[in-house]
Amino acid sequence: MPTVLPPDSVGLVIPQTLAFDEPLELDSGKTLPRYDLVVETYGELNADRSNAVLICHALSGDHHAAGYHGMEDRKPGWWDSAIGPGKPIDTTRFFVVCLNNLGGCRGSTGPTSVNPDTGRVYGPDFPIITVADWVRSQERLMHRLGIGQWAAVIGGSLGGMQVMQWAIGFPKLLRHAAVIAAAPRLSAQNIAFNEVARQAIFADPDFHDGHYQEHGTLPRKGLMLARMLGHITYLSDDAMRAKFGRELRAGKINFGFDVEFQVESYLRYQGASFVDRFDANTYLLMTKALDYFDPAGEFGHDLSKAFAATEADFLVVSFTTDWRFSPARSREIVKALLDVNKHVSYAEIESSHGHDAFLVPIPDYMNVFRAYMGRVAAEFTKGEA
Amino acid sequence: MRVDLEIIGDWIRPGSRVLDLGCGECALLRQLRDSHDVTGYGLELNVEKLARCVEGGIPVIQANLDQGLSPWFDAGSFDYVIMTHTLQATRHPERLLREMVSIGREAIVTFPNMGYWKNRVQYALGGRMPVTRALPYGWFDTPNIHLCTVRDFEALCDELGLRILDREIVDNRHRSGRLMRLMPNLMGEAAVYRLEKA
Repeated sequence: MPTVLPPDSVGLVIPQTLAFDEPLELDSGKTLPRYDLVVETYGELNADRSNAVLICHALSGDHHAAGYHGMEDRKPGWWDSAIGPGKPIDTTRFFVVCLNNLGGCRGSTGPTSVNPDTGRVYGPDFPIITVADWVRSQERLMHRLGIGQWAAVIGGSLGGMQVMQWAIGFPKLLRHAAVIAAAPRLSAQNIAFNEVARQAIFADPDFHDGHYQEHGTLPRKGLMLARMLGHITYLSDDAMRAKFGRELRAGKINFGFDVEFQVESYLRYQGASFVDRFDANTYLLMTKALDYFDPAGEFGHDLSKAFAATEADFLVVSFTTDWRFSPARSREIVKALLDVNKHVSYAEIESSHGHDAFLVPIPDYMNVFRAYMGRVAAEFTKGEA
Repeated sequence: MRVDLEIIGDWIRPGSRVLDLGCGECALLRQLRDSHDVTGYGLELNVEKLARCVEGGIPVIQANLDQGLSPWFDAGSFDYVIMTHTLQATRHPERLLREMVSIGREAIVTFPNMGYWKNRVQYALGGRMPVTRALPYGWFDTPNIHLCTVRDFEALCDELGLRILDREIVDNRHRSGRLMRLMPNLMGEAAVYRLEKA
């Protein structure tokens, strides 16, 4: 809980809800008749509206990327390490937009919302949303905010996939694309982890085929297991060893199945606290969006062809101990961009934090990120001068 | 302006596509972009230097030259592949040279000349590994693991089937002179070569 807000924080922020009444046709063939998007913005849009950047969130993220909602908040927004005055995404220069994606559970229309057709909660009937669907909804948001072109679209992990989709789907609507700790599509191993997470949720007797809200239950065990599994894949072996080792909570083994090792305690805590803030149906949707993402698919499985018509400059960043989306996956992105002569810079950051590294203010990472964003800002400040 | 960059600038056609290996803070690429309208990329391992390239708007890839260029670039991708004062610090110079003339139509290479008379004097008379302005490291902490002389280099080019299109033998400030042209392997502190596949 901050008693005084740090000077490099965006401070207290208030989310706003924007309603969209024009139906959105989805990749699945279904249509969302109307939807809400919850949005936070930081910084000021400049006079010629050239300094806007979009932040795309990852699997469990939301619109609250930076700052605090109240002085009683225990933690700031999920990417506070990179967004704020003097930080790489410098809010004294940029107008920063972050939204909760469709299908989310933090205020934007999703499985916990009421279906206007039935008057009942969507639950498992909420249509499956793809990364391209998200980007189309974000494009509408952009116009709603009076922005004609993003100075940059930025995201890590699943957020990085949205960034690539932006560059491919709307090449003229962004000048820069920052793709961090991402992959051009999931590997079989990635999909396998997602499938185990989904099966954990399905197997929970409180899941009721997704209609748990109507039954007044929550698939706590299942969602908790899914999150525990996810957490293992976000950390590296080294990071886990450093953080927990084989340390015992009680100092000795008890020959039982209660929590004994610190790592068990950590995972159970992470899993249990996740259940309080996240919806199981949303989790299922997000994992599907990840599984389906494959922009090369429409281009004969040639990623460089998918990038051929992009006009943005790219920054691609990976982290050495990330095994969920390893550096090799980022290199695939870079190689595809190089093959079609795109303006791309690539940094492979030394880190022990695994996939989670993209949220950690590692000095080398922040330096490259700051340098890149400084360049982005120089383009529109030159125009102003 | 660094004189070796001036020499390289004289050799490069405006509007070319250039790859700079071990580009540092991208001084060469920035200069060639402004003076010759070149496009292209830098490759750099050091992340702090890489950040300076990014700041300057030069696209740069963090990569280790010892792992080769083929993971990144296909044959014939560039007009020139340039490597200034880096060859001697690489693990596989011969493989790199081969890749350079394959990925680029031409390669431009600079390196310190181990045959320079001051190096010879320190080794022959002093009995010690040479330490000079151009090669300021002790034998135990030097990054320069593959030092060669002008004659060594030309012998390797011959062996690899590389044609020498241009050669400048220069001093530590990359200036040339009559003595250096007369006795390049003895009088030159550094060498600048332009090569292609024969």
